[in-house]
Amino acid sequence: MRFALSGEQEQFSRSLHDLLSSLDTDTANRSWAAGDHGPGLKIWRRLAELGVTALAVPERYDGLGATPVDLAVGFERLGYHCVPGPWTDTVAVLPSLLDDELLTSVASGETLASVAYAPHVPYALDSDVADARLAVGNGRLRAFTPGTLLSSVDSSRRLFPPVTGDDLGTALDADRAFELGCLATAAQLLGAGRWLLDTSVAYAAQRKQYGREIGGYQAVKHLLADVATGLALAEPLVHGAAVTLDRRDISAAKVACGDAAHLAARTGLQVHGAIGYTAEHALGLRLTRVRALVGAWGTPRFHRERVLS
Amino acid sequence: MNLDLDEQTLAFRDEARSWLAANIPAEPLKSFDTAEGFAQHREWEAKLTDARWSVVSWPREFGGRDASLLEWVLFEEEYYAAGAPLRVNQNGIFMLAPTLFSHGTEEQQRRILPKMARSEEVWAQAWSEPEAGSDIAALRSTATRCDGGWRVSGQKTWSSRATFADRAFGLFRSDPESARHKGLTYLMVDLRSEGVTVRPIPQLDGEPGFAEIFLDDVFVPDEDVIGTPGEGWRVAMTTANNERGLSLRSPGRFLAAADRLVSLWHDADRPAHTADRVADAWIGARAYQLYTLGTVTRLADGAELGPESSVNKLFWSHLDVALHETALDVLGPDAELRGRWSDGWLFSLAGPIYGGTDQIQRSIVAERLLGLPKGAR
Repeated sequence: MRFALSGEQEQFSRSLHDLLSSLDTDTANRSWAAGDHGPGLKIWRRLAELGVTALAVPERYDGLGATPVDLAVGFERLGYHCVPGPWTDTVAVLPSLLDDELLTSVASGETLASVAYAPHVPYALDSDVADARLAVGNGRLRAFTPGTLLSSVDSSRRLFPPVTGDDLGTALDADRAFELGCLATAAQLLGAGRWLLDTSVAYAAQRKQYGREIGGYQAVKHLLADVATGLALAEPLVHGAAVTLDRRDISAAKVACGDAAHLAARTGLQVHGAIGYTAEHALGLRLTRVRALVGAWGTPRFHRERVLS
Repeated sequence: MNLDLDEQTLAFRDEARSWLAANIPAEPLKSFDTAEGFAQHREWEAKLTDARWSVVSWPREFGGRDASLLEWVLFEEEYYAAGAPLRVNQNGIFMLAPTLFSHGTEEQQRRILPKMARSEEVWAQAWSEPEAGSDIAALRSTATRCDGGWRVSGQKTWSSRATFADRAFGLFRSDPESARHKGLTYLMVDLRSEGVTVRPIPQLDGEPGFAEIFLDDVFVPDEDVIGTPGEGWRVAMTTANNERGLSLRSPGRFLAAADRLVSLWHDADRPAHTADRVADAWIGARAYQLYTLGTVTRLADGAELGPESSVNKLFWSHLDVALHETALDVLGPDAELRGRWSDGWLFSLAGPIYGGTDQIQRSIVAERLLGLPKGAR
């Protein structure tokens, strides 16, 4: 037993972090929300160069054939930096649905996919920019056309009701695709929660009230300590679920990451005060992303039921 | 990254499982905070020791099996999953023993550990004093140099197991001019010594799980000092991290309890109003198990337990209370009756208080892990 990330996985995480720290993902989110996909697609291509889009694609389609743990590592960083776009659909879910040449262009970063998965993913993400649109139901794949754009609480998640069309045959492994969608979402929640904690700690250490840093007040410290504890215990659930791919573990990870990230978001807002409530501050991007992801790829209720079944 | 067990580890786990299945007491033992229960627990510990299951991670020469940390974690899972009794000598085995392994002399280890393993000598912890709760550095009991040892005076309180225990360990102020963390000495005191008075204090369940220890010029020989006199604080920190960290509260207990809770909930026709909390209890226990396996890996790589022990303690103390409160709500009106769940609930309520309150742990996490400014506690 060795329950720790490998050196390569740590390095992959650092590379992703360094790259994304040098890019302006906040502006990309705001453009994406306004329907301008340009800056977001630039980030997509930069990440493709690092191999992110090729992670779960089999080697015969020029992919990396990476493990679910590698996926979890990647998605945690995507969540940390709040990268816009249908990453879960394209990178985590699609390669388990198809055995097809299309995956070659997914691996290279040219193809984006939007996946509806009844009943847990009723609205497909970013269908306007996606080249591949697939609706999964009862183990079968159908093409769909996007209906009218719906407003998400997270404006950079562009949701479309799928209007299903041609039957495309049996999904390669619809169950695995679903589990990986849940896992990737859990990992993004973990990452978003960590950004919220890091940013709130940094803010609390420099923002002064009543003549001292607010991070010196016990009330603030204790809120942040609870956030740190929640996130510290959510991480091994994500890694454990990636190792076992057991349904119960995946649901446990999804619930715990949702709760920990939600606490991080609410606490982060409280620590920032009014500045955090503005659309100008990046905190709001994560706060709304977290709320959206808590219900995406299986609601907390659905996942708790799976834990108990 | 994997969770695979090699053949040797699997064999160890299977052996533990078989032995426990064949040897667990048929009837639950009485509380070790009663005279009768204490005697029953000593018998159980002797049986465990004869089969070398009492202190699996210790070296063989002291009664252990040289088991790895991972094997110990797995043993604990088997132990509690099998429904085996709590450990009457947990203060000794999980708090004093790690200190002796780090700071004790060879003579102390040979003299003390084998008797501890068998619970021939049961240990009480003697940290707290009337004016020092979580603020251990405020303690005032004194140790004064004398021929061949020390004369100890003062009062300890909230001392778990002291009512029936044989010996106690704790810190004493050996330099009257000193303040706070300085000038403290780590001593082991024989509770049968002249000048020792133990006054039992009943806990919430009515049993004398606590005691006050009054020390009136009690002689402690030099051989019962751990580490350098005056350096007791540094020595004690080993114990504190063990208490908060994974040693005293292995995930096995919570996993076993969470699995029982899920069964209880199914047997109670799945009451909807408790479903989320039952699920969360299981998720919490699984998280703590995996978190511990991560710690086991880090320690195997040479890391040391540090302030992240406080993360452990915050997490399990909250989990234990939430898990038991949920079980009581599942039980409905029957929750009022004394039994395994209500006893477990009472036991869980101590978690957020002992070993440094949860408020102290939050401050440690905020300052030492998150790097927030130090402030008044």
